[in-house]
Parts: sequence; C-alpha cells; structure tokens
Amino acid sequence: MNPVLKLLAQRIALSLFLLLMISALIFAGTMILPGDVAQSILGQSATPEALANLRADLGLNDPPLTRYFEWLFGALQGDLGTALTSGQDITSAIGSRLSNTLFLAFWAAIIAVPLAIFLGLLAVRYKDRWPDKLISGVTLASISIPEFLIGYVLMYLIAVKLRWFPSVAMINDSMSLWQKLNSIALPVAVLTLVVLAHMMRMTRAAILNVMQSAYIETAELKGLSTFKVIWRHAFPNSVAPIVNVVMLNLAYLVVGVVVIEVVFVYPGMGQYLVDHVSKRDVPVVQACGLIFAAVYIGLNMVADIVSILSNPRLRHPK
Amino acid sequence: MNDYLKHLAQEAALGRMGRREFLGRAAALGVAALGANTLLATAAKAAGPQKGGTIRIGIQGGSSADSLDPALAANATATSVSRLWGEPLVELDPMGGIWHRLAESYDASADARVWTFKIRQGVTFSNGKELTAEDVLATMERHSGEESKSGALGIMRGIKSMRAEGSDFIIELDEPNADLPYLLTDYHLLIQPGGGKDDPAAGIGTGPYILKSVEPGVRFVAEKNPNYWDDSLGHADTIEFIVINDDTARVAALQSGQVHMINRVPPRTARLVDRAPTIDVRETAGPGHYVFIAHCDKDPFANNDVRIALKYGINRQEMVDKILNGYGSIGNDTPINSSYPLFTELEQRTYDPDKAKFHMQKSGYDGSILLRTSDNSFPGAPDAAALFQQSLSAAGINLEIKREPNDGYWSEVWNKQPFCTSYWGGRPTQDSMFSTAYLSTADWNDTRFNNEQFDQLLYAARAELDEAKRTQMYADMSTMVRDEGGLVCPMFNSFIDGVSTEVDGWVDAKTGFELNNFYAPMKMWVKA
Repeated sequence: MNPVLKLLAQRIALSLFLLLMISALIFAGTMILPGDVAQSILGQSATPEALANLRADLGLNDPPLTRYFEWLFGALQGDLGTALTSGQDITSAIGSRLSNTLFLAFWAAIIAVPLAIFLGLLAVRYKDRWPDKLISGVTLASISIPEFLIGYVLMYLIAVKLRWFPSVAMINDSMSLWQKLNSIALPVAVLTLVVLAHMMRMTRAAILNVMQSAYIETAELKGLSTFKVIWRHAFPNSVAPIVNVVMLNLAYLVVGVVVIEVVFVYPGMGQYLVDHVSKRDVPVVQACGLIFAAVYIGLNMVADIVSILSNPRLRHPK
Repeated sequence: MNDYLKHLAQEAALGRMGRREFLGRAAALGVAALGANTLLATAAKAAGPQKGGTIRIGIQGGSSADSLDPALAANATATSVSRLWGEPLVELDPMGGIWHRLAESYDASADARVWTFKIRQGVTFSNGKELTAEDVLATMERHSGEESKSGALGIMRGIKSMRAEGSDFIIELDEPNADLPYLLTDYHLLIQPGGGKDDPAAGIGTGPYILKSVEPGVRFVAEKNPNYWDDSLGHADTIEFIVINDDTARVAALQSGQVHMINRVPPRTARLVDRAPTIDVRETAGPGHYVFIAHCDKDPFANNDVRIALKYGINRQEMVDKILNGYGSIGNDTPINSSYPLFTELEQRTYDPDKAKFHMQKSGYDGSILLRTSDNSFPGAPDAAALFQQSLSAAGINLEIKREPNDGYWSEVWNKQPFCTSYWGGRPTQDSMFSTAYLSTADWNDTRFNNEQFDQLLYAARAELDEAKRTQMYADMSTMVRDEGGLVCPMFNSFIDGVSTEVDGWVDAKTGFELNNFYAPMKMWVKA
C-alpha cells in the first residue's frame, strides 16, 4: 500500500477515535452542569406544577447511559435531536448557524492568512530594520488589546462616526453576496487584527530559523535576490510550523469568536451555544460541542498531514 | 400664550423644531416638562400617523432558545414579538385602566364572582379562521390545564369554571376578585385559534402583523396584516426586530441609524446618548423594583428588629443616584408605588444609622450578616451590595457579601437562600403583586412573609367593591409589609428606551413595561 495513503488512513482513524472519546466527555460534562433545564426555561416565573410537567415532558427522568447511546446513534445518522427549549430541530438550526460561522471565518481567513504570511516574509526581508519593527509592533499591539475593545473602537469610528459599514453584522438569505460582505466588514476586520500577529510571528520565526542553514548561504552566493531566496528556498522548508499555526487560528476563527459575534450581533455558532448553555438546553450544547471538537480535530489533522507531506524525510521513510 | 405654545408644538410635531428646543421654549413659558411632552404628543397625533415604511427595533433580552409559544414567553423579545401577531382579551392602558382588545366589553356580577366578556365580532385570525368565544375558551384552558407549562398558570388557578355562550366568554371564580380584568392582561394570555392546542408555536393570531421570518435570538420580520380590525395600531408596513443583547452594540446600532428604537439603554450612559440630536431617551416609571430579600423565618432575620435595622441601614437616595443614575425613584420597603391604581403614600423611611444600630442591639444579634448577590439579579447588584455594606458599617453592622455565579442564580439562590439580591417586574394591581409574593401560601413568597391578618385582608379586599375601603385596605397591607416584612426595597427602576427622531408618535406611559408596554413599534410611525 502506498505509504501516504496508509498514513492518511491512520490519521483519519485516529481522529475518529478521538472524536468518539470526546463525545463521551461532552456527554459526561453536560450531565454534571448544575441547575435544571425546566427551571431555566421557565425562569423566575416557574410554578412547581409547571416545572414538574415540563420535566416529564422533556424526558429528564431517563437514566443517563440510555440517553448517551440514543444521542450517539442519532448523531451518527445526522440527527442531533430537538432543542429542549424551543422544540426546533437542532440539525437544521445548527446548519444555518454553522454556515454563517464558516462564512465569517472564511472571509477572515482569506484576508488574514495571506496577509500574515506576506507580512512575515516582509519582516524577514527587512529583519531588524524599521519595516520589521513596525510590523511586529502593530500586530503585537492588536493581539494584546482585548478583541471586544477593538470591536467597540472600530464600531464607534467606522459605524457611528463615519457610517461606512453597519455596526450590526446581520446577514440573511435574501441578501446578495456584496451586501453580506458589506455587513460583515467590521467583524472581519477585527478578526483579522486578532489572528494576524500569531501567524505573522510564526512565519517570521520559522523562516529565520531556516535562514541559518548552509543551503541558504549557497543560494545567496549564487546571486539570487533576497526575496527570491526567502520565497523559493526558505519558505518551503518552514511550511510545517506555519501550517500548524495557521490551522490553529482557523480553528479559533470557527469555534472561538463568540465575543465578536455578541459585539457585532452576528448569528453564528458561538452565540447559539452560549444561549443554550445558559438555558441548560443539553442536546444543543452537546451537538455544538461535538461540532466544535470535529472542527478542531479535522483542522489539526490537516495540519499534521500537510507537514508530513511537505517533509521529504517523512514522506519517504526508510 | 396658549396659542403660541400650541403653534410651537405643531412646529415641533412637523419636525421643524427639535423636541429639546421645543421643551426649552415651553419651559421658558413656564410649562413643566411633563405638560409640554403631552402637548407635543397631542400635536404629533394631530399631525397624523403616516402609513408605510419599516420600523426596526434593536431589542435586548432574546435568546436563540426562545419559542414562539406565548405560554413560554419569558423575556422582552418573546413578549414583544408575540404582541405583533397576537392579542389578549384586555390590555393595560398606558395611563392606567383597561384597554379593550379582543374583549369589546365586560361585566361582573354584583359579588365580582362571575365575569362575562363580550368577544369582538368580525375579527379573523391570520390563517383566515374567524375568532369565536370558543377560541378564547380553548386558549384559557390551555393556560390553566393541569399539564400547562404556562407562566400564567398561577393566576389561572382561582378559576372555578369557564364557558363560551354565543359571543360571550364567561368566567366563574372560586372567590370574588374585583381585579380579574387586570389579571387577564398577563402577557402570556394571547388568543390563538383553537387555543393553540395543536401547534402552540405557530405564531397565528389576530394581531396587526403577520410573521414573515423567524430566527429566534437573531431576527424577526413581520408584515402588516391587511385585515386587521383596529386602524389606530400598526402604521409601518414592516416591523423588524433585531436581537442585540450587548448594551454597547445596541446603543451603537441606534446611533448609527441601523435601528429606530432600542429598549434598556444602560442608565450609566443614558444622558450621553440623549445628547445626540437624532435620539430621544424616554424614561417610563414603572412598578419594577430592585430588592434585598430576607427570609422572615430564618435566623437571624426571624427577629423583626434585625429586619428593621437593615431597613434603616440602607441609603435609598444614594442607590437611586449611583445604581440607577437617577433613572428611578426611592422605595419604601413595600412593593407598591404610585404606578398602582389604588396607591396611598406612606411615611417615607429614610437612612438612619443610629436607629439601625439601636434595633440591631435590641435584637441581641451581634454576628455578621451574609448577603448573596450576582450580576444578573439586577443590573449593578454587586455595586448596590457594596453600597449597602458601607451604609450598614456606619451603624456598626457587618455585612458579608458573597458573589454567586449568574448561572443557576434563579434556581439555586433566589427563593432558597435566606438573604439575597433580586428584582421584581411588578404587577398591574396590588392584589396580584401581594398574591404573587406576599401571601403566606404563594409559591414565590420569597421573603417567607407569613402574616394571618395580611392574608385575611388580601381576601377581603378582593371582594370589596367600594374603592375607598379597598384603598385603605391596601394601604394597611403595605404598612404591614413595610414594618414587618423581609423586603428591603431601596429603589424602583424606570424603563429607559432610546428612540430615533426618524419615527414619531411616542406615547407617554405611567404603567406597563418597556417600549410603551411593547406597543411602541405598532403605535409609532416612520416620518415621511
């Protein structure tokens, strides 16, 4: 069997196993949450009768193990159950939220990843001179400021004062792509600022590391321009660490942007999850947890595979 | 002068003069702000509502876990949205009294035990079905059934039987209750076809709008119901609710012109927001109050002197100034204030560290007192607890503050722990407020107030149709709660809404909830 295919199969199987373990953890975790879903749904205005009626209705009296396996088999068939609080079908509700989240993450990544790598290359090219220091300074400053603050500042300047882009990043199906992009301009800008520094610094460090090697000196002695040396000779050999950090940031863009979603009122997964955690809507929390775990594992798997494929020594083991 | 003032009001209503400028000129003529505001509202009405356009509302208090079932409505978004598509029998009039909706009129028997509601004829649901008394009966049955999950179940319990006769809907009560129409203004009780028994979350009713797009916790879009029976309600073609739970984002959406109105402007920034020329901040006094509640049956609070000491040890004016930023009024350790129909002013209790010290020593208790609080028990609750701690320490009383997580506060702390911070939204009448939280057998008697005389008075007042006598009875009951209860009530909070000058027709209110009891989107119109 082709060693690459074997490797892929191994990685995927391992990831699936990991996901199964995580599903058990998620289920156990949601079991030990304090409080009670019926009380949370009815809030302060709950009477004991209404509570007892709702509890029986929601099936909260079944044993946990039964509920775990029922949930797992359902999830395997793409059926994530119905939300306890609103009675909606979770799969379809999450579908639209997930596509919104991916839409935002996609556009943020499209801008942030090439920009970060380009800035990283630029910083290496002008190492220790003013462009390097400027790039490092600005990106480190933007990662150090809490993201909600960047959000508020941009909102005040761009949405309230200049009125270039809306402060409420509301998107729906009836909007054209252009309208949608206009609507998410501010959150994309904030997310770009937040993830830029990490990827830029890693690109810079990884390439500088390679720049010490003898073959770079050879390339320089051949008379190649500095940028060509970096791009053609140094960059391909530093892909592995860069891909790793890019994937981590992509995962963050999908699962970690709840604060940005709240600030810009963006209907994504994070807000959906938080709403349901506070209402003790366990099936939704479990479904979101499973999806987030799958995204994390999937992206890390891609990072692993890419770094192996990019390294001839790993690609052709003896 | 009067003519000049009217002229000014007209100018302002037509948008040729800003509201603030008008109020300023009116003040120069010696007219108080409230009178001038009313005048302005009258002039705006005279200028006439304009039809068409879209009104957008940025609203706080919605979650993607919300359902459209009115029985489960428990936040501002669910309640506002349900008002678009559905209607109750009767509604609170913003200036007090009853506003007839699907009940054209009602009558009570002489002993206030049997009530007959005449149902409006010729009204259709948005699915085309005609409204009948049977639908009303089915709706009330759904909210009062044994399996009901309705938030209105508590108030439906006193009903002995219900029936529909022709166009009449008749309720017979176990005990007389002169306030029944007020109880039926409960925001869960929207009339649905067949009572909504088949599909409670269908969103089908007789309201001025029909829901077109429903994304819980995100956005709701509704279009005007062409067959709606009441011309005075529903001027815009489209109403769009956008759920914006973050305070800063909600204010920014109003400031940037993306929405026309928002609820719950944070008190801290309300005056700054009001400075913008395109925004008016509207304050509505209401029955809602922020409270410290002690269980009267648990030590050390079982001793009334400890409770009295706490009541003397709180600085009410400071709380109104610092926690509400002036958007509210001071409390008097009773849940009743002037927004209730039969209100009597009681002698105001004020901050007196000496008296607090005296009563604490008299009680013989010298330990510290544990207060539990959380951010969501009311806005600024931990800060209010710290202020209380300071004002009590001047009386030599040591208050220990325990911060609890927001998560699970209502199930684990409120109504369980002996002393905590909390809030009440208030109720339309004294009777329903007292029966909900101060009757010794009430589920939410969160101060464990157990007073036989109080209970007897409450029942007697229900059957008392003489208004003067009833007023006196409620005053006596308020006095009992104030002097013997476990309620330390420093402040009544106002509702603060932000409204853009692009819309007109705001109505001032004395009672009800935020955004003109949730009717502002339907009563206001987009200026041409």
